[in-house]
Amino acid sequence: MSVPRRLPLRAVALGYLLVVLLGPLAMIFYRSFQSGLRPVWQALSDPLTIHAFEVTLEATAIAVPLNTVFGILCALAIVRRRFRGKGFLNAFIDLPLAVSPVVIGLALYILYGRTGWFGGWLLGHGIQVLFALPSIVLATVFVSVPFVAREVIPTLRELGTEQEQAAATLGATRWQRFWRITLPSIRWAVIYGVVLTTARCLGEYGAVAIVSGRIEGVTQTATLRVEEYWLNFNTAGAYAVSLVLATMAVIVLVAMTLIRPREEAH
Amino acid sequence: MSIEIRNVTKRFGEFLALDDVSLEVPDGSLTAVLGPSGSGKSTLLRVVAGLERPDSGEVLLAGKDATGLSPQRRDVGFVFQHYAAFKHMTVRDNVGFALAIRKRPKREIAERVDELLELVQLKGFADRYPSKLSGGQRQRMALARALAAKPEVLLLDEPFGALDARVRAELRDWLRRLHDEVHVTTVFVTHDQEEAMEVADHVAVLNAGRLEQVGAPAELYDKPASEFVLRFLGDAFRLGDGLVRPHDIVLARFPNDGAVEVEVERIVIVGANARIDLVDGTGERMTARLRREDVENLELARGEIVWATAEQAHPIPERNAIA
Repeated sequence: MSVPRRLPLRAVALGYLLVVLLGPLAMIFYRSFQSGLRPVWQALSDPLTIHAFEVTLEATAIAVPLNTVFGILCALAIVRRRFRGKGFLNAFIDLPLAVSPVVIGLALYILYGRTGWFGGWLLGHGIQVLFALPSIVLATVFVSVPFVAREVIPTLRELGTEQEQAAATLGATRWQRFWRITLPSIRWAVIYGVVLTTARCLGEYGAVAIVSGRIEGVTQTATLRVEEYWLNFNTAGAYAVSLVLATMAVIVLVAMTLIRPREEAH
Repeated sequence: MSIEIRNVTKRFGEFLALDDVSLEVPDGSLTAVLGPSGSGKSTLLRVVAGLERPDSGEVLLAGKDATGLSPQRRDVGFVFQHYAAFKHMTVRDNVGFALAIRKRPKREIAERVDELLELVQLKGFADRYPSKLSGGQRQRMALARALAAKPEVLLLDEPFGALDARVRAELRDWLRRLHDEVHVTTVFVTHDQEEAMEVADHVAVLNAGRLEQVGAPAELYDKPASEFVLRFLGDAFRLGDGLVRPHDIVLARFPNDGAVEVEVERIVIVGANARIDLVDGTGERMTARLRREDVENLELARGEIVWATAEQAHPIPERNAIA
């Protein structure tokens, strides 16, 4: 393609990103500091805000490893194995992307509520799921299921099985083949999937809003904290917490793009 | 280590890849499995390596039944057509893989890798990644990797198939010399009859999952057991009641016993040799290879009628007679 034709295309792509993505992010940054540092500091040093971030990070710290392992296993099963219901599993992984988080939240509510299928039994054994950390973790795990599997599946397909067969003839056991050949070969897909999963967990709002009960200082997550500030007309506070959430996501993404080309250079 | 394949049959769905194949590979030999694509030759090799399970039949390694053994326990080196290089490892780590898996001391691995890289002429490439090697270099790396743990058997699946002609010829000679040095029982698969005949001590010809013939290259060429082998190992044409090789056709100006009347369609002179395209009365085409001086002595020209006889003709075998 000639240069003059390519320029407008690039301009359109960049312009779109600017308007849709960077513009709003920049606005949050600008608005946070519009009335000075004091309200920002006040909102961020509030123990309730700090607790909200703790809850978010806790749920993320549980959901990400869980979905990483599950995602890799799922991808291996879908690409390498033949079994009944494979198409079903493949489609099912995407469900959390297709269904609104609010619906997922309601479904969890129905299952784990006092009168729900699991809820009554669990409560009888002294386990409170709804309006407590377990429900937040469940909701977060649910909404962030697809990312690792979706990243790993195409990479596994492209990888094929020849390298692993070669490793087998060289004496490697199944376990050694996985750790020394398969995992290193798909590592970038896994890392990218983990980054997306993390970002999704940090940002989860809809499902958690329903199952957590939004109890300040107990089950309030960072995103729910933003909403709380917003509804109470504390816009500086809402912007400040949003800014931290946005910054965390950007740092993760930038860190990855920085490491990647260096590793891939060989 | 000798290899014995007994009555091996393998199907992929409806497709019969191997049909009751039995083959013995003597200890220390260099054997070629030759056949067109789809003849089952790669499957046979993969059955020996344990990468495929036969539906029936047995594989014996050094006289012991290995049919149910997993690949990692067969002590067999395997070289894949497309190298199967470990892309995330350096050449050194690729070659040392089998030893690292066996938890050998680092020093021992380093020494063995250096020794092998010297053998395959890749000294100085140890710290490169496979993506920075040429096809021929990658294939040599794969060979070194397969030899690292000193396997008793070396299996090569179309080892030179993906390389250009010059590199192919080089590696071919090199494999022959390597085998003379290392003496490991070697089986390689190829669809190139020239490659098989030039490199191997023994050639096994496969066709549509069946073993057609096994023997020394000259034996196969001179005494083909079937029309398939005759035709696969070189050009062969129907002349009268038999099949002839191009260089066995003799042309004359006058008819003698059993001669067939043919018309000269084309004469191509290349250096000291000549190729004559001929067609007989029934429309059957053939090509004769003569010396240039014979063509000149006969004063052959296009469109002329001459008489062809065969110096040595192969009867058309019953089993595979032309339909």
